[in-house]
Amino acid sequence: MNMTRRTFIAAATAVASFSLLAPVQAAEPIKIGLVAALSGQSALSGEAITRGLTIAIDEINASGGLLGGRKLELVRRDDESNPAKGVVAARELIFREKVTVLFGGLDTPVSLAIVPLANQEKVPFMGAWAAGTPITKNGAEPNFVFRVSAVDEIVNQAMLDYAQKTFNGSKFGMILVNNPWGESNEKGLRAALQEKGLAPVGVEKFEGNDVDVVPQLSRLKAAGADTLFMVGNVGPSAQVVKSLDRMGWKVPIVSHWGPAGGRFTELAGPSAKDVHFVQTYSFFGKQSAVGEKVIKAMMTRYPDVKGPENITPAVGVANAYDGMQLAARAIAKAGSTDGDAVRKAFYDIDEHVGLIKTYRKPFAPGVHDAVTKDDYVWARFIDNRILPVSLGE
Amino acid sequence: MLLSALISGVGLGSMYGLMALGFYLTYAVSGTVNFAQGSSMMLGAVLTFTFAQTLGWHLLPAILLALALCALYGLLVEFVAVRPFVSRGSDAWLMATVALGIVLDNLVMYAFGKEPRSLPSPLAVNPLEVGGAGLGVYPLQVLIPLVGLALAALLHTVSRRTRWGTAMLAVTQNRDAARLMGIPIRRTIAVAFALSTLLAGVAGVLIAPLFNVHSDMGTLFGLKAFAVAILGGITSAWGVMIAGLLFGIGEALITATLGSSYTQILMFALVIAVLAARPNGLFGRAQVRKV
Repeated sequence: MNMTRRTFIAAATAVASFSLLAPVQAAEPIKIGLVAALSGQSALSGEAITRGLTIAIDEINASGGLLGGRKLELVRRDDESNPAKGVVAARELIFREKVTVLFGGLDTPVSLAIVPLANQEKVPFMGAWAAGTPITKNGAEPNFVFRVSAVDEIVNQAMLDYAQKTFNGSKFGMILVNNPWGESNEKGLRAALQEKGLAPVGVEKFEGNDVDVVPQLSRLKAAGADTLFMVGNVGPSAQVVKSLDRMGWKVPIVSHWGPAGGRFTELAGPSAKDVHFVQTYSFFGKQSAVGEKVIKAMMTRYPDVKGPENITPAVGVANAYDGMQLAARAIAKAGSTDGDAVRKAFYDIDEHVGLIKTYRKPFAPGVHDAVTKDDYVWARFIDNRILPVSLGE
Repeated sequence: MLLSALISGVGLGSMYGLMALGFYLTYAVSGTVNFAQGSSMMLGAVLTFTFAQTLGWHLLPAILLALALCALYGLLVEFVAVRPFVSRGSDAWLMATVALGIVLDNLVMYAFGKEPRSLPSPLAVNPLEVGGAGLGVYPLQVLIPLVGLALAALLHTVSRRTRWGTAMLAVTQNRDAARLMGIPIRRTIAVAFALSTLLAGVAGVLIAPLFNVHSDMGTLFGLKAFAVAILGGITSAWGVMIAGLLFGIGEALITATLGSSYTQILMFALVIAVLAARPNGLFGRAQVRKV
């Protein structure tokens, strides 16, 4: 390259002014990592978590940042719902980006793969979606994994409570997708039933690709089931509902949050609204002050958000928002970005007015899940909106 | 309950049969198959969805254009993934057809999105009733086996009664003699591939309203259809159709009586057992090798 004198001077001036400016800029940012599905089938979940984190980070930065004016900075990596890719991404964020807290996404297998790394490298890992019980109950001591989301084990207890309370159910049938997620929920539901001295009248599995679930459902009907527990992603769940329709069997369905992951009403037809499923938050209905604030911030920051119906999936946004706020509190209390100090500081959070609830001592040694049974919101699809059941039609 | 399982099994079985007929067709004239029949089936469903739902066309033209494009895709499969290899005496078309199917799956995933969608059909709204009792099946589920059998019969008639059909049979029986008689072998094979993906497309269009439309909806179907084709003896059109029905009914009955955890295990074990006893399939004839 031929460097003329003029370009040399221009470049030199630029470098000089840059180095002059640098000290004026704020101190080194505190990096917050996110490893989630940003592409593929679950891309929407990664986007929701990103938005929740961004709103929280904007808020914290606007009020002066943490640790004496250091701003938070979000660094995202795509795991493509693949555990191996998730671990590679987490490594990069921990070793190269040196993130202070790492957030996880929707897929339980990905989170489970990252857990050992987080514990080994002493980097707090905050689950914002994946509900697998062993993510937080991972047996490590000390345990660097925290979560603001639903937990399979607790969801299963809540499903039973809800079915008893809302539908007066006493004979429970399970219709579960035939994969590890279905398996772990079978275990959890059986345990929840056993705790109350009950047993399921039938447990049926179906394949995610099954066209017809009538045979399985007929067996549950023949066994006398009066309420069904359903666990499956949106497509398989829709197949269950369509098969029920075809049989003409009107039976209450209490479901894990699978249906919330897609166009359930389109896939399952008019009976979609009869499925009651668990959520951690809904932006519909009367909102707390924090709820109002988050909706407003979302509408300002993202032009495509016109109201609660566009803040979707709500659980991703809400969990990530509260998770980030709690993590910020922990960093502030720790007074440093040291992983172990931040981990211990999570235990010191006394009260935090969050979106999902007001957290009171949300974490303690042995308690790494901030959201508990009573915090769940029961919802259903009315058209394409996930509305709390309490709102009626 | 058994009745509805049976009807549903016959419906699914005729889907397998239709796709397996596609295997039969190309195998008969060229000794090759498009292993990615599942992708062709998915293409039929996805295109119909795109025309009918996304673009809002009437269902009939949507289906017709989708099927025409499926046939076109069959020509492409033959031209890109089969002909170049067969002409050089290579068996790599095996991998090439699988690869092309994966390419198609991923293209569709990219263009159509990974989110499952629903294709409504007027025939899958109200379940059939007999004397006030719900049968647990939609009219569509009864229509599917009828279409399947009608297409098998049509194929049978065409191959016996028309010039094209006899040409195909001639190519099947003796390729060299057929060539000497002036039958365009290449074109016959290409048409067989087009028909084969067309049949898979029909299966896709028929099954879509009962299922969800997404880019990997055909994978398991394609696999089962191939098992059915082998089970029936890939050299007999009626054989593969009947094998398809048997497979579908078997699946439904096992699911209804033992539960679905056992369905795949037992069905595929049965297929292996049958093939061990009858290596040429239920209705197939042993190939005579002239030395």
